[in-house]
Amino acid sequence: MNLTINVQVNGCKIEESIAPDLLLIDFLRAHGCLSVKRGCETSNCGLCTVFLNDTPVLSCSVLAARANGCRIITLEGLQEEAAELGGFIADQGAEQCGFCNPGMIMNTIALLRENPDPTEDEIREYLAGNLCRCSGYEGQLIGIKNLIQWRKERQTHA
Amino acid sequence: MLTIQNYVRAESLEQAYELNQKKSARIIGGMLWLKMTHIRVQNAIDLSGLGLDTIEETPDMYRIGCMTTLRSLELHPGLNAFTHGAIRESVCHIVGVQFRNLATVGGSIYGRYGFSDVLTIFQALNASVELFAAGIIPLEEYAKMAPDRDILIRILVPKTTVNSTYLSVRKTKTDFPVLTCAAAQTPKDFTLSIGARPGRAVVIREPHFGSAGTFSEEDVRAFANDVSQNITTGSNMRAQAAYRTHLAEVLTRRSLLTLKGGSL
Repeated sequence: MNLTINVQVNGCKIEESIAPDLLLIDFLRAHGCLSVKRGCETSNCGLCTVFLNDTPVLSCSVLAARANGCRIITLEGLQEEAAELGGFIADQGAEQCGFCNPGMIMNTIALLRENPDPTEDEIREYLAGNLCRCSGYEGQLIGIKNLIQWRKERQTHA
Repeated sequence: MLTIQNYVRAESLEQAYELNQKKSARIIGGMLWLKMTHIRVQNAIDLSGLGLDTIEETPDMYRIGCMTTLRSLELHPGLNAFTHGAIRESVCHIVGVQFRNLATVGGSIYGRYGFSDVLTIFQALNASVELFAAGIIPLEEYAKMAPDRDILIRILVPKTTVNSTYLSVRKTKTDFPVLTCAAAQTPKDFTLSIGARPGRAVVIREPHFGSAGTFSEEDVRAFANDVSQNITTGSNMRAQAAYRTHLAEVLTRRSLLTLKGGSL
């Protein structure tokens, strides 16, 4: 039996009748959020990461029905922050095929909001649930560390 | 794939229990495991509106609601101070932060999965479960029961433990463990829980190793050897039984020496 949900996606209110087993990833993609990718189907790869009330979650494992009343942010809603980080990752040539980037960037933004100055171990631990099959992770790690350093220097000069 | 006919956000535990009596109903926790099943669910019952996602501290215990996420366990200062970081260590290797923001302690314990880090640590901490119909029963007993239609409401952790530790072996980061080992001391008792054998975690008690007792490195070696010889291990794609038996000896010894404050 269909049910009606009210959600806010990237600042836009949406009211829609949905099937009870519709997953949040499919709901979001149907609303144009194509940065949200389907990867592993086993809740392991992190490609489908979105913010649900500011918390990073795997949208492939959340019922859209459960998101009723919630605020959802995808990469499309974080263009400026994402472009900044994406630039540092691209500088390292770590974007490669690009498939893991949206999830990796979403989760890095979550990390830096929670902990603006993480250690290398803390970065590795926080991003352990984001898989990349091209890069070996070093490029992303250096890019993130460079971003943190750049932010610190910008703050010092401000 | 999983198909759901009706989604019900429960308004009370009574309603949830009543709906859950039909075989075609399912309580949904984090939904991470359920999502991968190929079943047809008539009523998917969501407990997330019942305020069961909190960790309460009383003078005697921690009361952990079934919808508490593994990430909340990982970050809870009180629980982690009380367990000397063992709770954090038990969950921080489980997939990733986004996964742990969804996975619930109730889902992990109700499933009584062999690979469960969560079952391993809470058994060592002598936890009990609060069930809607059956009341409060020790987790050790609950872990041996077959799944039924009752509803797990809370995990109750008594504040009797004075020291605890958690160790696991994984072939790669974020993978299921090859073996898990949690150990906890009260002044007069010692509880060891070994999981991912690959069967469900089992509990071994030895009063001699309580925090008030005195024991030598030789005692520890002998006990660890006994444990490894007396628990049942099996083989699966991650490891063979003999390797798990060997690991059980090593992790038991390391756990006890960590609690004793000695070298590994």
